[in-house]
Order: sequence, then C-alpha cells, then structure tokens
Amino acid sequence: MNHIAPGRNAGVYSYDDIDRRFVAERVEQFRAQVERRLSGELTEDEFKPLRLMNGLYLQLHAYMLRVAVPYGVLTSRQLRKLAEIGRKYDKGYGHFTTRQNLQFNWIKLEDTPAILHELAEVDMHALQTSGNCVRNVTTDQFVGAARDEVVDGRVYAEILRQWTTLHPEFTFLPRKFKIAIMGSDADRAAIRVHDVGVFAKRNERGEVGFTFYVGGGLGRSPFIGKLIRDWVPEEDFVAYLEAILRVYNQYGRRDNIYKARIKILVHELGQEKFTREVEEEFARLRGPKYRLAPEIVDEIRRRFGGPAFETLTDEPESFQAAKAANPDFARWVAVNVLAHKVPGYAAATISLKPAGGIPGDATSEQMELVADLADAHSFGELRVSHVQNLVLAHVRQDALFTLWTALEANGLGTPNAGLIGDIIACPGLDYCALANARSIPLAQAISARFADPARQQAIGELGIKISGCINACGHHHVGAIGILGVDKKGEEFYQITVGGDPTLTTAIGDILGPAVTADETVDAIEAIVEVYLSNRHDGERFIDTLKRVGHGPFKERVYAAH
Amino acid sequence: MPLIKDGRIVEDEWVAVADGEPVPADRPAIVTFERWQAERASFDGRNAALGVRVKSGTLAPAIAPDLDRFALVAIEFPKFRDGRGFSTARELRERYGYEGEIRAVGHVIPDQYRFLLRTGFTSAEAPENTNPESWAHALTEITVAFQPSLDDPQPLSLLRRRLGS
Repeated sequence: MNHIAPGRNAGVYSYDDIDRRFVAERVEQFRAQVERRLSGELTEDEFKPLRLMNGLYLQLHAYMLRVAVPYGVLTSRQLRKLAEIGRKYDKGYGHFTTRQNLQFNWIKLEDTPAILHELAEVDMHALQTSGNCVRNVTTDQFVGAARDEVVDGRVYAEILRQWTTLHPEFTFLPRKFKIAIMGSDADRAAIRVHDVGVFAKRNERGEVGFTFYVGGGLGRSPFIGKLIRDWVPEEDFVAYLEAILRVYNQYGRRDNIYKARIKILVHELGQEKFTREVEEEFARLRGPKYRLAPEIVDEIRRRFGGPAFETLTDEPESFQAAKAANPDFARWVAVNVLAHKVPGYAAATISLKPAGGIPGDATSEQMELVADLADAHSFGELRVSHVQNLVLAHVRQDALFTLWTALEANGLGTPNAGLIGDIIACPGLDYCALANARSIPLAQAISARFADPARQQAIGELGIKISGCINACGHHHVGAIGILGVDKKGEEFYQITVGGDPTLTTAIGDILGPAVTADETVDAIEAIVEVYLSNRHDGERFIDTLKRVGHGPFKERVYAAH
Repeated sequence: MPLIKDGRIVEDEWVAVADGEPVPADRPAIVTFERWQAERASFDGRNAALGVRVKSGTLAPAIAPDLDRFALVAIEFPKFRDGRGFSTARELRERYGYEGEIRAVGHVIPDQYRFLLRTGFTSAEAPENTNPESWAHALTEITVAFQPSLDDPQPLSLLRRRLGS
C-alpha cells in the first residue's frame, strides 16, 4: 500500500506503522466479513452490526458510507482523497455531518472494500462511525487555535480514539455512545447534549483535569447532561471513562431501543445513584493498569507536531487597509473569522451554507480547492465543524484577503457563520429511511429568504436547526429556532421550537404551537425574526430577547393568520 | 454444540444439566444459577467439578459470594449483540480474582472471539454448523490492541507500545 504521510508541521496526529497495520487489518477483516455474508455463513442479522461498525448504512435509495474524521481534523491530502472518492464512487460530492465526519450517500456495497482500501492509503477509515459502540469523538473546530482555549483537546480526543478502538468490553453496548470534549469556556462542541461531555480545564497549579457531564442527548427524549464530577485528574481520565462505560454496559436497558441510551439510565437511576455507581467502579479501577501517565500524554502531544508559527503582530496594516477598502471582505472577517491564540494569525470558517444550498454538502471540486487553500494558508490542515462547515484554523491575518478572494470566486465566501443562514439540517427524507419529512429543501428555502448578508448580520447570532424526524440528527431541540419534520396523514408538516441553546447554558427549546406546512414555516421564521428585531434591546441576542419577553408575542404573530 | 478453545474445536468434558434433570455425581456438570441458588445444600459433599450457567442479566456481584464453589461459569449471550457478558467476565477476573473457566454460551460469533478472550473468557460454545476456520482466523486477523486486557499481560497498548518506541 502506498502511504502518504501528512505534512510534517500540519499539527495533525501522525500515524506510525502500528496504526497503519491496524487499519489495513481492519480493511481485510471487513472484506472477509462481506464474503462470509455473501456465502451465507453470517446471517443478515449478524452482518448488520459488523457493517455498521465499518460505517456502512443502508439508506432509502443506496448504501451510505460514513468516513471518520477523528475530532474533525483533516490534512489537505486526506481531503483530496475524499474528493477523489466522491468523484469515483459517488456523484462528485460528499456531505459533512454534525459529528464532524463525511458521508458518501450513493455507494455500492461491492465498492466498499476498495474505498476502505483507498482511505487507508491516507490514514483514514470508517471505523466506529456507526453501531452500538463508542463513536468518533468530537470537539471544538477551533481546537489548538482559539485564543480562549485553556486545554488543547486534540491530545485527549486522540487518546480516546485509541482507547475506544475495538474496545473488547464496550463494542456491544446497549446503544451508540457519543463523547464530546471541549477545552475552553465557550462551548463550541455542544458537550451537554452528548452521552458524555468532557470539559477540560486547569487548576491553579496549571494541572489538567476534566469535568464530566453524563446522560445528555437529543432524540425523542431530550436530556441535558448532568454534572457527575467536577474534577477528574489527567491520570484518571481513561479510568473514569472506563467506569462510566462499565456501569452503562451492565445496567443500561436492552429491552427497548428507545430507552437504551445512557441518558435514560441516568434519568431512571437518578443522578445521585448513577454517580455513586460510577464512583464505586472508578475506585476499583483506579490504579496502574488504567493510569494515563504524563509521559504518555506528552508522547501523543509530540506526535501532533504543531504548526511552526512565525512571530507576527495582530492587525497588520495590509489587513486593515483591505478591510477599509472592501466592505464585503470586512463583513466576512467580522462574521467568519475568530481570534487566534498566536498574534498575527486567525481561524477562518468556510461556510458550506450558501443561500439556497444544501447544508454541509461540498463538491469534489470545492474540496480540492479548499485543500489547495489549506496548503497555501493553513499548514495543509483543516477542520470540519459540527455545524457542518469547514475551517482553516491557522491563517496569517495578512493572507486573509487573498484567501477570501479565492473563496468568494468559488462560491465559498458566504459570510454567515453562526448567523441565521448557517443552518444545521439532517439529510431528511431525501436520503434517510427513518425521516418523516424533508429537511434539505426547507433549509434551502430559509437560507434563500435570508440571503442578504447585511440582513443576516443585522439579525446576529441565531441558529436554526432542522431535523426530519424525532431522532433529532439536526439537533432541533437546541436550535435557537428548531424545526422538526412530522408526518400528518402522509403530508409533511413542521413543528417549530424556540429558545434552544447548545452551549454550556444548554436549554431544550419549547414548542411554539401547532405544526405548519413547509411554506408556512419559512413565513413563520420571518415573523419570529421580525418580532425579535422590534423587541430587542441593544446588543441583545435572540434567545435573550425571547427569555425577556416570553413566547407570547412570537406565538401571536406566527399564528395570527390561522 | 461445538466448543471452541484456543481457536479450535475441542471435546467438551462438561455436561449441561437442564433444570429438573438429575445432576451426575461423577463428571463435571453445569447447572443453572437459579438451580444452584434453590438447591445449594444438595451439592454439599459433591466431588466432581460444578459449573453454573448465568443469564446475561445476572452480573458479577450476584455470583461472587459463591465463586469458590464453581470450576466453571458459563455466561449466556441471548443475542450476540447483548454485550453485558463482556463486563461480567472482566469483573469476575479483575474484581473477584476468579481463576476458573469462563465460557460464553448462547449466541456468539467468531467476530467476537478476540473480545471474549480479552475480557477473560476461556472458551466459547459455537453454533452447531459453525465454520471452525473463522474461529481460528479470528485469533490472528487483528494484531494490534489499544487497551490493557486479560489475554495478554503486555498487550500492544497505546501506553506501553509508545513508551518503548
């Protein structure tokens, strides 16, 4: 196999021969499993979890392959390979997901071993992107770059990636298990709506430790993760997770698929009893066997390398001049660019949400362009965000104008990160066998209605999240405005919720009123925005105005015509 | 049903006794855990080895007080997807120091064999028409492990393998 190493200074975890041997063995194992299924040795019932653990779903019209992007970090070479696979085996595009992964929606079963082989050439795979195991760990898309970062979560996410890979005890859990980790006070990874949310921080001595939230989740019974321990020392990081998973594996419900997630166990046992069970297990597990020694953490950190930043200053003159001369560029900087921990650099969000576009979709050509831009401006490294955008995390401020010019020329310069057009939408009834309603056309219609960038910026921070069914893959519960597709006697309707919040102040949105049609939904969003704008105080966010004035005025306006 | 040990089919010296059937006194026998609980006095003075078969919902702490009476614990997998048995076996070994045979019974597939061994199982009951080659192959197809486990005191874990390199 022809391996291509990531760039030396990309700041991406570099595989060694053992990592590569493992992925190659898994590809061969899956090839053999496919053969055993075809020969009848494995029943469909037995084969299904095995294929899911290799990321392969059977959707409405075709197989879908979900490729793992561990904690959302990619090299330009890996992105080029994804572009190539999209062109060769799919319809020339891929879809970035809310789990920071990439899905190919039009795959043939017989092509999958070859695709997995090609992925392995660039140190990629589709392992544990599905199935009742610990899934790909997610984190902040600005990890290792954000100025507000306290702990670099990549190192711990990589430790988790390794520890959870083919875990002998936790590969047949009651249900899927999702972990998110965040290393700054600003929660950009929605950690409290995950099975386990980890908040990495430092004590007054500068030592790293972790706060654990357990039992969050969306779906048909949304729960906010509960704080079960404020400080787990770094050396106990793996032992504590092992304890949580062991309690879940033993006591989680297996009689009802809808009650099998850890959130139900935490809810049924109660926070106190669940915590006690975990603490008892942890007390037994704690010891040399599961100890995460500092030298191990250092070694993993070393394998990330790290971009060789230059000594620069913030706001160089050319950057200031470009902003002054070009208001569109200035707007993009104001909306899509985040302060970097290193002076003179910035993290830029590449929106995959053009007005009227499909959230999270990228063509092979766009992927190749972004890969080139990552090489030119961000050490050959890029990220996928859980809101389905791409990020170049380490761009020199004096290169931002060049970057923006290239993005703008290729339809990738939409200035709407975090704004009303930056919609999360699940694949919905266009692809998914579980969906009740389509999500994508609605997202397209809403983003087209609010296409004007100046208007979007004036409205400010307002997340719309759309799910095509109660499984809530579009995170509608935590959308400032959430939209849930429902089926009413064979017709698509949409239920609107308001006041959801995915950050550490997590809140589940409240239903505004009866479900409406797709067209009415777009009008309802506009009505909600108008009520907000006419009621807001200076600088007040949508959810804060909503808290202050209550649902009344919004409800009244939305349902006035009914 | 064929018994798999060390990657191949072996002769089973144990007899599984259904509830209500007499337990042979002169050869190793496996009874249900429920029967053991109900009739424990009847096993006093037994010389041949005794094993118990536990349901997947019977966890290690329930079996632990009587462990020294059992030369074998058979843990049931009602469906191969029900993974509670992996934790039960591991707890029997690590928490309670059990050193007897731990056998996977019910529905397990070769693709789980490595997991079984790594969590402390010593044998597995395979389906009647199983392909022995698949079990043998399961021992060699993946040669890398990232966690500490029971089948290898020095596995190629993420921690130890990095330290040496």
